[in-house]
Order: sequence, then C-alpha cells, then structure tokens
Amino acid sequence: MATITPDKTLDASGLNCPLPVLKTKKAMEELQSGQVLEVITTDPGAKADIPAFCNRTGHQLLETVEEGGKIIFYLRKK
Amino acid sequence: MATERLAIIATKGTLDMAYPPLILASTAASLGIETAVFFTFYGLNIIHKKRMHELKIAPIGNPAMPMAFPPSMQNTVTNVISSLFPGPPQIMGIIPGMTDLMSYMMKKTIKEHGVADIPELLEACKEAEVKLIPCQMTMELFGYKYEDLIDGLEAPAGAATFINYVLEADKPMIIFV
Repeated sequence: MATITPDKTLDASGLNCPLPVLKTKKAMEELQSGQVLEVITTDPGAKADIPAFCNRTGHQLLETVEEGGKIIFYLRKK
Repeated sequence: MATERLAIIATKGTLDMAYPPLILASTAASLGIETAVFFTFYGLNIIHKKRMHELKIAPIGNPAMPMAFPPSMQNTVTNVISSLFPGPPQIMGIIPGMTDLMSYMMKKTIKEHGVADIPELLEACKEAEVKLIPCQMTMELFGYKYEDLIDGLEAPAGAATFINYVLEADKPMIIFV
C-alpha cells in the first residue's frame, strides 16, 4: 500500500499504449506544481513508459506500486 | 534552450501502417517534443475525412499476419484454428471479401484490447499540438482537395518546406514509416 495521498487520480485501466501516457500528460495539465497525480494502469508497457514520460518532462516519479494486475504510479508535478 | 523536432513521414494507407506514425507523434508531443507528421502518397488516406474510416488490413502479401482472433471470438474452434495455422494461408487473401473480413476482425481485436482507434489517435495528435501536414504533390496526384481532408491540418506543403522545417531545429529527428 502506498502512503502517498494524491491530489488527483487517473484510472487508465484497460487502456493500452500510447493512451496511458497521453492521458497522464493531459491530467498533469490540470494540476498545480508540487501536486501529486495517481495513475492506475493495467498496461504492462506503462511500467517503462511512465518513468520515460517523467524522465523527459521533469515530473518526479515518487512511487510505483504493483498490486493484483494493476500498476499504480505517483507523480509529483514539477 | 536547444529545440528538438521530430518529423514523421507517413507513406502507407493500410490500417496497420496508420498506427505507428500516430502513436509516435502523439506520444512525442506529450513528452514535450515539437512534432510534425508529413502525410504523403497513401498516407494521405489516414487524414482523408471519408477514407480514414475505411482503412484496411491486407492478408495477401502479409505473411507475418498472425491468426489472432478477438478475445470475444476465442472458443474451442478458433483456438484449434489458431494452433494449426501460424497465419491466414496466403491463398485465402484472394477470396473476395477476405480483406474486409480480416479488417473487421482486426478492428474488433483492437477495440477489445483497449487500443485507440485511428480517429481517436488523430484527435490526440491535434490536442497535443502535433503539426499534421498533407503533401501538396500527392494531393494533386490523387485528386484530393484540402476540404476532403480532416479539419485542423497545416497548409499542404512540399518536400523543401518540410525538410527546412525539420532542419531549423537544433536537434532534428526524422522517422520514415
């Protein structure tokens, strides 16, 4: 279980490449700097793609949690 | 700051070949990279108002095509077919209606796997401010008018305009599809 309380949650379950990244980018635009976005995905490709998205855009990947076929990311907006 | 520009050239008009340029473009733009797609030859069909809904997948001449059924159609019979044939036998491709059937099955599989469809990806590209550029010369060659193409495109351009656009950046990248 993650101990981080997100400011916003994006449920991208059931969606495949490239939709989780595209929706994450859009959701990030609605947050203020420093706020945390929770991204829930079932796409195994997201495991590498969300960190790559953070690496390019400068947002901070705080934590990745895997539970019951879901991969949950916590991203802090830069 | 050094500018990065990704330019993708889309030359194919089949359903399978419409995906790579649009996936790469929408993703690159979401990653903060200035991105453009140049649609030329059959690639113009991807941004053609009517034809974009009729993109097909060709079983003939495509020996790599797997015998994959949409999840909702997987049963004992289709599983046996999948295990017997690595892909649809090439000879089946010449049967009238086979291309339509395979295209229907592929679209169904795409939908059931939660993969975006082509109009959705084009919308994503526009939202992420990807420049979508139709090739002037092939538009004339095929008789496509600017109003036959989807809204939100850049003005039709030629090779020199496109090359110049790409090389204006400090870090230009080109992908040919």
